[in-house]
Amino acid sequence: MTIRPAKPDAHDITCRQAVALMTDYIDDALGPDDHALIEAHLAECESCAEHLRQIRITVAVTGRIREEDLNPAAREDLMDLYRRWRRDRGIKEP
Amino acid sequence: MSLTITTGPEDLRGCPSLNPDEGDLLGRLRAGDEEAFACLVDRHHAAMVRLARGYVRSPAVAEEVAQDAWLGLLRGLDRFEGRSSLRTWLFRIVVNRAISAGLQERQHLPVADSELGDDSGRFSQDGWWVAPPVHWADEAVDRMVAPELAARVRQLVEELPPGPRQVVTLRDVEGLPSAEVCDILGISEGNQRVLLHRARARIRRQLEQEAVW
Repeated sequence: MTIRPAKPDAHDITCRQAVALMTDYIDDALGPDDHALIEAHLAECESCAEHLRQIRITVAVTGRIREEDLNPAAREDLMDLYRRWRRDRGIKEP
Repeated sequence: MSLTITTGPEDLRGCPSLNPDEGDLLGRLRAGDEEAFACLVDRHHAAMVRLARGYVRSPAVAEEVAQDAWLGLLRGLDRFEGRSSLRTWLFRIVVNRAISAGLQERQHLPVADSELGDDSGRFSQDGWWVAPPVHWADEAVDRMVAPELAARVRQLVEELPPGPRQVVTLRDVEGLPSAEVCDILGISEGNQRVLLHRARARIRRQLEQEAVW
């Protein structure tokens, strides 16, 4: 007879531990045991599941704050920098 | 709401005339091709300034650091062997310039009992919620694109301490993968995640407290 290891239970880790591991969980950086523990916990703990949803939304909102508009003057300064570098090295304009 | 992860040659999206092969790009840069340089600038300069802001408070100084990094790239172009992607190399130059200019000490704090970010007071001693999260995630999904929300989050990122700010800028704002961020900042994966966790926890909590939803 083989003894099967018990399936992880929601109470195998506390909410505090689950929250502490959430970034590792999102990054998929947990070992299989810890991963299973947190999944079991999240499946039964609505508060931790909500916390995880909120962290995911925080990440998504943070990904939307980029301002890509490059100041035209700054861009022109950089192009001048490149042209000077090219001239100093004696590279002809292609 | 997945993040766009861009690495290496895909960085050249929006530069249709460029061969996505990085070797080709390097060749064109070395040969003096302005278009190749302009594409790189359009792709990376804003991110470089944001990264520099993780070390310096003044936007003008951050702009100078980024400009200086471009000069560093050009001067090092002949020595670049392609062991990392061009972006990783460029961002590393930004970090080094920001530090070596003596603008600010790096403040990557060692891992302490701070994995919980600002949330430690919300649990009982035995580790269960005392103040469980107020539910707002579902309502928030609809409001994520609001411009005022982006403005507030931008401000919250700026108010973070340097370590968490640097990591969250590269990971969540720029969408860089974990390994590349460690490479750029010269920190371990574990330390990186602690700093990221702190940053996200603080932003999440501020959004909740301000009931921005």
